[in-house]
Amino acid sequence: MTPLIKATKLTKVFGDLTAVDGIDFEVAEGESFGFLGPNGAGKTSTMKMIGATSPISGGELSVLGLDPATDGPTLRSRLGVVPQENNLDEELSVQDNLMMYGRYFDMSRAEIRERIDELLEFVQLVEKRNAKIQTLSGGMKRRVVIARGLINEPDLFILDEPTTGLDPQARHVLWDRLYRLKQQGVTLIITTHYMDEAEQLCDRLVIMDKGRIVAEGSPRSLIDEYAPGEVVELRFPGGVLETLNSRIESLAPRTEILADRALIYTEDAERTIGIVTETGLEPETVLARRSTLEDVFLRLTGRTLVE
Amino acid sequence: MATPLSLRVFEAEARVYRRTWRGSVVSSFLNPVLYMAAMGVGLGALVDANMPGGIEGVSYLTFLAPGILVANAMQTGASEGAWKVMGGIHWAKTWQARLASPIGIEGLVLGHIFWSTARVVMVSVIFAAVIAAFQVAPLLESLLAIGPAVLVGAAMVSATTAFTVRLKEISGLPMYFRFVVLPMFLFSGAFFPISQLPNWLQPVALITPVYHGVELSRSIAIGGSPAVTWWVSIAYLLAWIVGFGLVCVRPLRKRLTP
Repeated sequence: MTPLIKATKLTKVFGDLTAVDGIDFEVAEGESFGFLGPNGAGKTSTMKMIGATSPISGGELSVLGLDPATDGPTLRSRLGVVPQENNLDEELSVQDNLMMYGRYFDMSRAEIRERIDELLEFVQLVEKRNAKIQTLSGGMKRRVVIARGLINEPDLFILDEPTTGLDPQARHVLWDRLYRLKQQGVTLIITTHYMDEAEQLCDRLVIMDKGRIVAEGSPRSLIDEYAPGEVVELRFPGGVLETLNSRIESLAPRTEILADRALIYTEDAERTIGIVTETGLEPETVLARRSTLEDVFLRLTGRTLVE
Repeated sequence: MATPLSLRVFEAEARVYRRTWRGSVVSSFLNPVLYMAAMGVGLGALVDANMPGGIEGVSYLTFLAPGILVANAMQTGASEGAWKVMGGIHWAKTWQARLASPIGIEGLVLGHIFWSTARVVMVSVIFAAVIAAFQVAPLLESLLAIGPAVLVGAAMVSATTAFTVRLKEISGLPMYFRFVVLPMFLFSGAFFPISQLPNWLQPVALITPVYHGVELSRSIAIGGSPAVTWWVSIAYLLAWIVGFGLVCVRPLRKRLTP
């Protein structure tokens, strides 16, 4: 089957800055595909090229079998986009915002009204139909933007950092909605710098750093490949950590010393904690956990995702 | 058949206006009433007392009315090309939202100019009704005089938009209104004939769209022939609309779809 998106040596250059540096990836229909990386990794630039709102600087890109450079309007009519910023019309009601957006796609008013009923139900904002955007919370606005992006029943739904800046509860509501979309078979493209978001929502993802793809796979396979097993996190009082570098590094083949804590990668967290105690180290707190994509990112780039 | 992209933008702007018109409607009425009363009736009595033959053969109020109709349309066009564009690009970023839909830069610009011109029409119709109420010119002539006013308004929508899309921040706009719009309002023949200006300044007045609109509008409202051949003025105003409309496209494309 031909992929929904195919990028070959895709590049984006702004003046002297190479934001996207020759990346290759493919996204299949029905897949939920993630771009994980810190700010400035090139995720948003990639999204804008896919969304046909930013021309590519080099390489090749095909989206839904179309060339964004020549078929921009046709392509955009089949996409749904949730940009990083909400950019709703704050003075208008939820319903007016959705009606206005649907009309950009030349849908009939009756068709849009029907769709608004469904979508408000879906994003759980039925009772906010006539509320002005400026009266809504951040999480609600985000859900309106998601409804807006779905108004034209897109073949591909692009979300640029859908939950950045939201409180944990609002994030979980959003994740739940996006998970449902995924179950309905909607192809999702999600950028995020939250590893838990990527783990929850993405079938497959690429990890981006400085404009390049540094790894690709399912969340599980990436963890298995780059950060298998468990992690013991040790926190020490300020200043102490630097003096312990060599002692901590001798505890396991792989360790990471961060600004505020040390990570020890291990097959058996409990045994490692035993060893820590035996060697006379006295951390303030000890935490044993499974490895996550954050550890994969750290392993690949030597840096944390969210500083 | 598919609706042209620019008309989809026009409809969106109309939808926004339907929810927010209350703020602007009072000033649309009040502006002409205040100008006509203060300048036309108040100041006009003094002018008329000094000029037994009238200005160009008519009373000051009659001379003034088509002038401020056009000057007011010019100001309306400038505001539409300034604040809404600034908001669409930098504040609410609703223009970015549009560009994620099938709307492209050209449709965006054209729809914006169409709608802003429709706003100029609304404001000018109200203005003409007030002029008629002051019994300066019959309603029909007042309404006909709107034609040139609308062209001037549209020319300023284009020109101001072309300026605003190049701004990185808002501070350029107050300067623009102080040093471009206000002088154009005062010195382009709306309040007094440009022959009163120093010689060196007259050519400057001559290139403003307001001057051409005022001449046309005045000749319709009170008769007589305009100083510049009518079709030259119309062609000149159309050139402003199209020319400045075209130069909006490139900077907008660079800013919104980098």
